[in-house]
Amino acid sequence: MISWFLRRLGQILPTLLILSFGIFALQQLMPGDPALILAGEERGDPAVLAQIRAELMLDRPLLEQYGHWLWRLLHGDFGFSWRIRVPVGELLLDKLPVTAQLASMSFIIGVAIGVPAGVISAVAKDKPLDWLMNAVALFGISMPNFWLGIMMILLFSVQLGWLPPSGYVPLWEDPWQSLATTIMPAFVLGTGVASVLMRHTRAAMLGALEQDYIRTARAKGVVERSVIARHALRNALIPVVTLGTIEFGRLLAGAVLTEQIFSIPGFGKLVVDAVFNRDYPVVQGVVLATALIFVALSLVADILYMLINPRLRAA
Amino acid sequence: MSPSSPARRALAALLRHRLAMFGLVVVVLFVAAALLAPWISPADPLATSWSAIRRAPSAAHWFGTDENGRDVLSRVLWGARASLMAGVIAVGGALLIGVPIGLVAGLAGGWVDALISRVADAMLAVPFLILAIALAAFLGPALENAMLAIAISASPVFVRLARGMALEANTTDYAEAARAMGNPPWRTALVHILPNIAPPLLVQATLSIAEAIIAEASLSFLGLGQQPPAPSWGSMLNSAQRFIENAPWLAIFPGMAIFTLVLALNLLGDGLRDALDPRSARR
Repeated sequence: MISWFLRRLGQILPTLLILSFGIFALQQLMPGDPALILAGEERGDPAVLAQIRAELMLDRPLLEQYGHWLWRLLHGDFGFSWRIRVPVGELLLDKLPVTAQLASMSFIIGVAIGVPAGVISAVAKDKPLDWLMNAVALFGISMPNFWLGIMMILLFSVQLGWLPPSGYVPLWEDPWQSLATTIMPAFVLGTGVASVLMRHTRAAMLGALEQDYIRTARAKGVVERSVIARHALRNALIPVVTLGTIEFGRLLAGAVLTEQIFSIPGFGKLVVDAVFNRDYPVVQGVVLATALIFVALSLVADILYMLINPRLRAA
Repeated sequence: MSPSSPARRALAALLRHRLAMFGLVVVVLFVAAALLAPWISPADPLATSWSAIRRAPSAAHWFGTDENGRDVLSRVLWGARASLMAGVIAVGGALLIGVPIGLVAGLAGGWVDALISRVADAMLAVPFLILAIALAAFLGPALENAMLAIAISASPVFVRLARGMALEANTTDYAEAARAMGNPPWRTALVHILPNIAPPLLVQATLSIAEAIIAEASLSFLGLGQQPPAPSWGSMLNSAQRFIENAPWLAIFPGMAIFTLVLALNLLGDGLRDALDPRSARR
């Protein structure tokens, strides 16, 4: 287990290093001179430009800039927002709880719909119910999140007037209002997760139901409900748990447009606003933070896989 | 092609797959709409008309008119061009980038493989859309840049797929035979391995086009893709959002177009997978 963990870390560290270089190198794609953007009104003054270049080390070789950037990053310094002169790390910490709340709610909705639907679909294989669930999952996968969001606003806010169309109230200020502002975006994101989980749960259940131990259980006279819940589902859930962890990471990306549509001030809104304000350090910070969360989640997925799969644990 | 060749059997299986055929027909209709847009559009997609602003769907304007009095149906038809072009060119680019690199990684092994695999891991660690947004942001807002950003973001999937398939194919007897006959490695890869790994690549490419179309719509929605006034479904949805209360048709039709095209591509992709790979056939 420990040697496995070390080997896994041995893969992750180079990945992170390459990732950090890639994110740093994004700057090189940028048209124009960052010093000109930063100087604003004073862009005509060569002294100001020279000072900014020196401060940002733009006058240094690329690798030296990277080394310096990485060194500060390792000390938790994500740089400064060019726009509002606030440390990027602070901005990220500020927005993280919002996106985390949205992602958690979406994930709960996704699991609550997707896993039971997958089980029902597998048990009712090739029956109308299975066909229906597959159709719904296919619709969920093909539906662009942001369009579903707009259509839900049209139905629930404009037509029925049940829910606020946009805005966000923090959970600790007013839990009820917070749920009212996040339930639609969470549902929009949750349907995507549910569709993916449904397909995988169905496939895993079908695989499990074919196994010998299921035949044995049935032959022993175990009631069918128990065969499905205790014997098949427990084994089928092993790949689903790891997949669910990865899906949770993907929610962070899906949140970008959904947050935009519902005006929810999380990671997604932060990165989109930063893109429009040409606030590149913030864009880099968000990309880096999501990637770190994603890498951490895949590691958690691997560890969970080891823990719940007795065969691997013994090996 | 002999009557029982794998390609013919796969084609027969695909033709029998009713949902996949339905998907194919819908995709072909969209392609036709994109190609024929100049001739079948009822109006100029850019022509504004101050006397017909935000008119509800009617006999004169089947999909209504937008906030500048432009015909929404014409814009949806022309918008198919941006979406399909972005989907096909971006995924074509991703294939061109990903497959050779993946083949090299799988066949070369050693540190080359390790390096390529770690770079692919690093790119896959950034969620697809966020990577595309970041690339498009740094490249600047334009449809070409959005396509490039999507192509780069979609490429690691093909690197991984081609690498895995090359590793597997390399151990097979036909690769062994090709080597034994004195074929150089590049020839073995191109002539003997590539055709054998083409089916899964085709399946993945179809599904990736669906993803790329959503990505293009998302980037255009954010203002990072097709620039106004040129029509694209994503940017149409963006401006539609402001008028959701009194002109919902502005949001309904472009979204319906994205959804239908993506659904059709997913149906086709699933059908191709069932037809080309008997192992993954729906149980």
